[in-house]
Amino acid sequence: MYRTLSLKVGNWLAAAGRTGHFLTDTARSVRDVPTWAGLTVAQMRRIGVDSVPIALFIAIFTGIVLSLQASYTFTGAVPLYFVGTLVGKTVMLELGPVLTGLALAGRVGANIAAELGTMRVTEQIDALETLAYDPLSYLVVPRVLAAAIMFPIVVSLAILVGIISGWLTAISLLDLSTVEFVRGLKLFYQFKDIWFGLVKSFSFGVVIALIGCFKGLSVRGGAAGVGRATTEAVVASAMAILVLDAFWAVVLL
Amino acid sequence: MIEFKEVYKSFGDRQVLRGFSLSVQDGETVVILGYSGSGKSVALKHVVGLLEPDAGEVIVDGEVVHQLDREGLTRLRAKIGFVFQFAALLDSMTVRENLELGLKRRGLSRAEIDERIKEALELVDLEDVEDRYPAELSGGMRKRVGIARAIALRPRYILYDEPTTGLDPVTSAVIDRLIVRAREKLNVTGLVVTHDLRSAYTVADRIALLYQGRIRQVGSVESIRNSHDPVVRQFIEGRPEALADVEQAAGGVR
Repeated sequence: MYRTLSLKVGNWLAAAGRTGHFLTDTARSVRDVPTWAGLTVAQMRRIGVDSVPIALFIAIFTGIVLSLQASYTFTGAVPLYFVGTLVGKTVMLELGPVLTGLALAGRVGANIAAELGTMRVTEQIDALETLAYDPLSYLVVPRVLAAAIMFPIVVSLAILVGIISGWLTAISLLDLSTVEFVRGLKLFYQFKDIWFGLVKSFSFGVVIALIGCFKGLSVRGGAAGVGRATTEAVVASAMAILVLDAFWAVVLL
Repeated sequence: MIEFKEVYKSFGDRQVLRGFSLSVQDGETVVILGYSGSGKSVALKHVVGLLEPDAGEVIVDGEVVHQLDREGLTRLRAKIGFVFQFAALLDSMTVRENLELGLKRRGLSRAEIDERIKEALELVDLEDVEDRYPAELSGGMRKRVGIARAIALRPRYILYDEPTTGLDPVTSAVIDRLIVRAREKLNVTGLVVTHDLRSAYTVADRIALLYQGRIRQVGSVESIRNSHDPVVRQFIEGRPEALADVEQAAGGVR
């Protein structure tokens, strides 16, 4: 019992140490600008631009459902223009960033972990090192920067499309005019609603990319190891998003 | 000069290197022979700092590899070309981009890079594959590109990790010829790990047999061929006796 516990504590401490090393080494690698500068734009396209369709798909249906559920909840009790308020606030503060983040944890986190994991087991990362490249500067920094830049942009688009789909649903399926919807949308609007969502999505981007890179670079044991790392990256990213979501709510709201 | 001094390396409770010592003089090609899983590749990876010894040291040109900082390690790696067992070409890049990678790092001009790529691909008899991706090449071609990538850097040392493993005899002979050609034309010091005896006899100035984590015997090709050591004889004659030892080695780490 004592032995098992001490082994587990030892493993946790070792994992914490490896994570700490990875984070400090990655931060140090940011200084190696010539290596990552040219690679970041390509990653912005892969991580950001290629994620737009899935983000917009989620946003469209979120807007539709929010609009209909708000109408169902408010009918007879609250003026219907509050549908605009609920759609706007919910999409900007919560569902836009979090649902997009969770979807991108799957798409981006899994992609990064699988790619880097495969590179690890096929010795491509060793090859980079022997060619005098630091894998953190070459592989990790461009991905983390690209995610940090592109996640807020993708989430902004998702928020915009979510609100538009909520509005289109309201004017086509509910007894609500555009003027009323916009009135509700403006009702409790603060500029903070926007930047709060963007701060969250920035943090989601950084964390998803870091977890994907860490899991990918830590792969051991061939194809099975790559599969395991990919799953772990997605699960850990999803959990991190939910924890960060609560953290920002406590700190900023 | 590359020197292994009493190197010990374990992975978990499996001891792979147990007091491994060997010197490689400038200009020579030394082949480390040994069973699959005996730790040959592990030894090789210590030279470029991909692995750190548990005890002992690897010294390259007077510098202890595992004591170098990041800048020192980068400087050391700039002197060494590494040919990986499965070539380890970056599969998202064309052959040309793979060769460019190390050259760009050295800050060469566009013209110099083009010249080096042309020269290296000519040396491995692959002039028309520049725009192909690794997945479009055969195993032998990938290995030749791997050699070209190392040669293009004009390194002081080239380390070959199982360069002929998995290749047919003719392609293996082509690779052996390339290793000899690289030494003759570029005067590089070579360290080759293999279990392919024919390849070892062709490319080596000296052969070292790695057995149970340390060098069992080292000497010229002739001295190894004529060795009376039973372990060496067993290996070069390919006799399956003493199977327990062989299985123990095969259970080791590559």
